[in-house]
Amino acid sequence: MSNSLISVRGLTKKFDDFTAVNGVSFEVAKGESFGLLGPNGAGKSTIMRILAATSTRTAGTVEILDKDPEKFGPLVRAHLGVVPQQDNLDGELTVSENLFIYGRYFGLSKRFINAKIEELLVFAQLEEKRNVKVEALSGGMKRRLTIARGLVSEPDILLLDEPTTGLDPQARHILWDRLFRLKEQGVTLVLTTHFMDEAEQLCDRIVVMDKGAIMAEGSPAGLIKEYSSKEVLEVRFGSDRNVEVAPVLQKMCERMETLPDRILMYADDGEKLLEQITAQKLHPTTSLVRRSSLEDVFLRLTGRTLIE
Amino acid sequence: MNTGINVPQIARFGAFYVAAARIRSMAKWKVIITAVDVGNPLFYLIAVGIGIGVLVESNSGTSGTNGIKYIAFIAPALLANAAITGVMDECVFPVIEGFKWRKLFYAQNATPITGRQIAIGVYLAALSRTVFSVTIYYLFLLAFNVVDFGISVLTILAAIMAGGSFGAVMMYFAAKIEKEDYFFNVMQRLVIMPMFLFSGTFFPLSSMPIYLQPIGWISPLWHGTELGREAAFDYGISTLMIAIHLVFLVAVAAIGLTLSIRQFERRLAK
Repeated sequence: MSNSLISVRGLTKKFDDFTAVNGVSFEVAKGESFGLLGPNGAGKSTIMRILAATSTRTAGTVEILDKDPEKFGPLVRAHLGVVPQQDNLDGELTVSENLFIYGRYFGLSKRFINAKIEELLVFAQLEEKRNVKVEALSGGMKRRLTIARGLVSEPDILLLDEPTTGLDPQARHILWDRLFRLKEQGVTLVLTTHFMDEAEQLCDRIVVMDKGAIMAEGSPAGLIKEYSSKEVLEVRFGSDRNVEVAPVLQKMCERMETLPDRILMYADDGEKLLEQITAQKLHPTTSLVRRSSLEDVFLRLTGRTLIE
Repeated sequence: MNTGINVPQIARFGAFYVAAARIRSMAKWKVIITAVDVGNPLFYLIAVGIGIGVLVESNSGTSGTNGIKYIAFIAPALLANAAITGVMDECVFPVIEGFKWRKLFYAQNATPITGRQIAIGVYLAALSRTVFSVTIYYLFLLAFNVVDFGISVLTILAAIMAGGSFGAVMMYFAAKIEKEDYFFNVMQRLVIMPMFLFSGTFFPLSSMPIYLQPIGWISPLWHGTELGREAAFDYGISTLMIAIHLVFLVAVAAIGLTLSIRQFERRLAK
């Protein structure tokens, strides 16, 4: 048995003439928290469905715990917990009933599932809601329940497709906290996201994807170091003036991106750069110095922002 | 992997796990389901027994119905129709819900459960609902003294076979639906209603013009009704016709289920 729980080589998926995934390769080790970062339509969800042993591939090899998910679908799925992009809970059943029937799909004994439900209700902070119909839960609660449901079988790998999309900031932070606990417990997490802060918070290693292909791979910090500067200065001169001042600013930093609403200037010392700009009598209407993020890495790699 | 997970066991019993979950969902509607299953026979038997039956018999006696009281003549048809209606509910709505509205099938398929097991599980749950509905109906037939207890119990089986046959085909169509806009209206008005009217329900199929009889021949309701009549009273159909009715219902159910399984597997793997 290899060290990798997941091994993907040259994975390609075509839908008629459209290539959704184009020759993607990566490995995921046991206990690792691995992320696929990219904008909508980058092919992340397609890869997830192939990893989840519910979709076929056009070319390449995929092994999950040394088994081809296409040939051993039920056996591979027995090792997985899956949290889909859209919640697909049974709204007519209660919180605990949803967990119960899901456990039964894994053939688990009623005694095991009932004990597990208690544990998962605590984990998902849904103890008070155990007998409430799922329809009545908030979006954040449904999401936590979907994650808890994915854990009912104590999976070796938890696959999460866009786990916090559509949630408000508070609900996102609660969810991150829950996922971080899983990571600490050594659960292997594979997640897709188009939120760079989510990838930074939760992932040990990520691949940056665009248009079905991998653009870069590494740890969030490593990627930032490799593809961006230490800090970023964001300046706004107003929509009309941004273009006008851009050539002047270009000469003052190692790299610059002109976006429709603002200019991003990459430098190791953002404050110092801002001082130089004001010394030139160029007064931006707003300015912000921040550290580089994966958003900047993505911009560098693709020339586009993650959320367009 | 969790040591409690036994994949070969799931391969054997997965469809039953799905059926059990469906029945649990159905149980949430137990008051409505029971009210419909009690109200339906009650109203029909009163309306037909006291109303239409009296009218028919006062005009032509029992000459048009092989010498059988009118209410008794149509009872097996009502039973088969109740089975078909019940199966329709459980083979169409949960399938559209599973693929489209709540996407429950995708959740089930993320476990070791396969598309084939989901299709069979939904079908088994629909049949269970039918057994419940038809048994209540049969008890009303006994209470209204329409049939005598005994071999007439087999009308239950005939009705379930009619429901199972029709339901399997409906499940396939439900699994094909991407946009359900017109489906229910078209089904209700152009399939269910004509089938109810032209399947020898209210009068023998043979009394209709020959060009209308094929509607009955391809209708599970007619085949189920004829078998039910043979079980409920001595209707006098030949052994060959009994065999034809049985083979038709089983064959249509098998074809419908096979197509459904294939469609479930295809759609889940898309």
